Amino acid sequence: MKDYLLIFADRWNDLLNAVIQHLILSLAAVLLGCIVAIPLGVFLSKTSIHWLRTLSFTITNIFQTIPSLALLAILIPLIGIGTTPAIVALFLYSLMPILRNTYSGFQSIDPDIIEAARGMGYSPRQTLVKIELPLAVPYIMAGIRLTTVYIISWATLATLIGAGGLGQLIVGGLAVYDKPLIFASAVLAMVLALIIDFLLSVLEKSISKRTHTETNQSI
Amino acid sequence: MIKLENVEKKYSDGYVALKNINLECKEGEITVLIGPSGCGKSTTMKLINRLIHPTKGKVYINGKDISEVNPVELRRKIGYVIQHIGLFPHMTIAENVAVVPNLLNWEKEKTDRRINELMKLVGLDPQTYRNRYPKELSGGQQQRIGVIRAMAAEPPVILMDEAFSALDPISREQLQDELVELQKNIKKTIVFVTHYMDEALKIADKIVLMKDGEIVQEGSPEEILRHPANDFVKSFIGEKRLNLIQDIPTAAEVMKKKPVTTYPTRGLAESIKMMERRQVDSLIVVNQDNQLQGYISIYDVIRHFRDETKRVGDILERFSHTVGPDALLTEVTRMIDENKLAYVPVVNEEEKLLGIVTRGSLVGFLSDIYPSGDSGVVQQ
Repeated sequence: MKDYLLIFADRWNDLLNAVIQHLILSLAAVLLGCIVAIPLGVFLSKTSIHWLRTLSFTITNIFQTIPSLALLAILIPLIGIGTTPAIVALFLYSLMPILRNTYSGFQSIDPDIIEAARGMGYSPRQTLVKIELPLAVPYIMAGIRLTTVYIISWATLATLIGAGGLGQLIVGGLAVYDKPLIFASAVLAMVLALIIDFLLSVLEKSISKRTHTETNQSI
Repeated sequence: MIKLENVEKKYSDGYVALKNINLECKEGEITVLIGPSGCGKSTTMKLINRLIHPTKGKVYINGKDISEVNPVELRRKIGYVIQHIGLFPHMTIAENVAVVPNLLNWEKEKTDRRINELMKLVGLDPQTYRNRYPKELSGGQQQRIGVIRAMAAEPPVILMDEAFSALDPISREQLQDELVELQKNIKKTIVFVTHYMDEALKIADKIVLMKDGEIVQEGSPEEILRHPANDFVKSFIGEKRLNLIQDIPTAAEVMKKKPVTTYPTRGLAESIKMMERRQVDSLIVVNQDNQLQGYISIYDVIRHFRDETKRVGDILERFSHTVGPDALLTEVTRMIDENKLAYVPVVNEEEKLLGIVTRGSLVGFLSDIYPSGDSGVVQQ
C-alpha cells in the first residue's frame, strides 16, 4: 500500500512531465476540433444543401466509430509516428460531438427570434454575432466539455504511436509489471479529466450567466 | 404613405401567394389585413419591410420605391412586432427595447430616456422591470415590451404581425385598448395583420379583407359591416355581428324622403310662397342634378326681400353637417344633439340630396317602434 503512495513522490518528475504532455496532446486536439467543427456546424445549420449536411455528419460519425487503436495504426503509414499523428487522431474524434452540438445549438433557436432580429434591422453578421451565437453557446460549451473528457481518456492510447503522455507510463508499467506506476498514471489521467471538466463547467456557467441562456440539453 | 402597386408573389415551386395586389395605407391610420390562414396577409405585410420580395410590382413608402433602399437600413426605420413576441431571451428588457436605437447609434442617455418613457407609456415601472429578463415577465407584459421595442426609434411605420394572437383573451383586449389609446397620441402608420374580426373592427381605420392572395374587399369597418361584398365576406364577419349592426337603424331609414327644395336661380318672392304653401320655415337648395347647395331660412328671405335682384343662390347658407345614408341613428342623434341642429340633410357620395333627418322624423320613427298605449302594449 505504501508503494502506491510513495510512487507519487519517487517518480514526481516523470509523472509531471507526462501530465503536461498529456494535457498538450488533448487540448491541442480539442482546440483544433473547435476551430474546424464550430464554424462547420454554424455553416451546416445555415446551408440549404441537404447532402452536404448528411455527408458531414456521416463522415464525422465514421471517425467516431473507428476503434481508437485501429485509427492510430492507420495513421502511421500516412503521417508517421509521434505527437502530430496522435493529435490528428484525437482531433478526428473530437469533431463529432462539437459539430453536433453546435448544429443543434443553432437549430434550437426559435425562428421567430431570428425573424424579429432580421425585421428590426440586424444585418446577417450582426444577427449571427449578437443573437445566434450567444443563444447557442450553452450547447457548444456542452459539446466541448464532453469531447474534452473523452479525449483526455483516449489520449492514453497515443503512446502506442510514440506520442508520450500518461499512456506511456502505463504501458511502461505494464511491461515491467510495476503496479504502483500503472495505478499512479491511471489516477492522474482520471484526476486530470475531472479537473478539466470542472474548469470547463465553471466557464460554461459564467458564459451562460453572462448571456443569460440555459440549456436543457444534457448528453 | 405606403403603396403597393400590382404586386405579385410567386414562389419557386410555382405557388402564387399574391395576385395583383393594389393597396394603399394612409398616414396615421391603422390598416388591418385580415383573412383566413394562407390568404397572403402576412406575406403582403412582409413586402413592406422587404422580408419578402415581390416577383412583380412595386412597393412605395412616401413615394419612394423601396427596392432601391438597403433592406437593413429600411427595416431600422420600420417598427416590427411579431406574433410570438420574439424578445431576445439573452437580453434584459431595457436592452431589448434599446435594440434599434443601438443599431442606429443613438447616444446612451437619449436611449435610456426613451426606454423609461416607453415603459411608463405601457404601464411597466422602469425601475422594477428594466433589468429583468423576458422570461420573468407575463405574456401580456412581454408583448407590451414587443410593441414598445418596435416604437423605440420612433419609426413612422409600424408593422404588427398577429401581434396579440398568442395572448389570452383578457390580455389581448387590454393590449388592443392600449394600442387604440396610444395611437391617438402617436399617430403612426400601422399595418396590422390578424385573423380575428373582433380585433379588426376594434382597432382598424381601414380593413382589407383577403382570400387566396387577393383583396376581396377594403373599406372602413362600418362599410365592411354594412355592405359585405360577397358571401365570403359575410361568412367571415359572422352572422351574429351582421345582425347586431342591422338592428340599429340608419339615417336612410329614419329620414323624411321628400324635403321641400328650391334652386339657386329662383326668386325670393317665389320662395316665400313655397314656404307658406308647405308650412315650413326654410328651404333646402339643390342644383339641377339634385346636389346639395345649402339652405335659406325665412328670416334671410325677409331681410333681403326688398332687393329684387337677389336670387336664392345669393343668400343661401351652407350646411355645417351632413350625413351619409348608412350613418347609424345613434351617430345622427348625437350630431343633432351636440350641435343643436334643427335637422341634418342626408346625402350620398355624389352630394346628392336623399332626404333630411328632423326631430319630427325621429319622433315618427320611434313611435313606430314603440307603439303608444292605444295600440295596447302596456295596460294596467
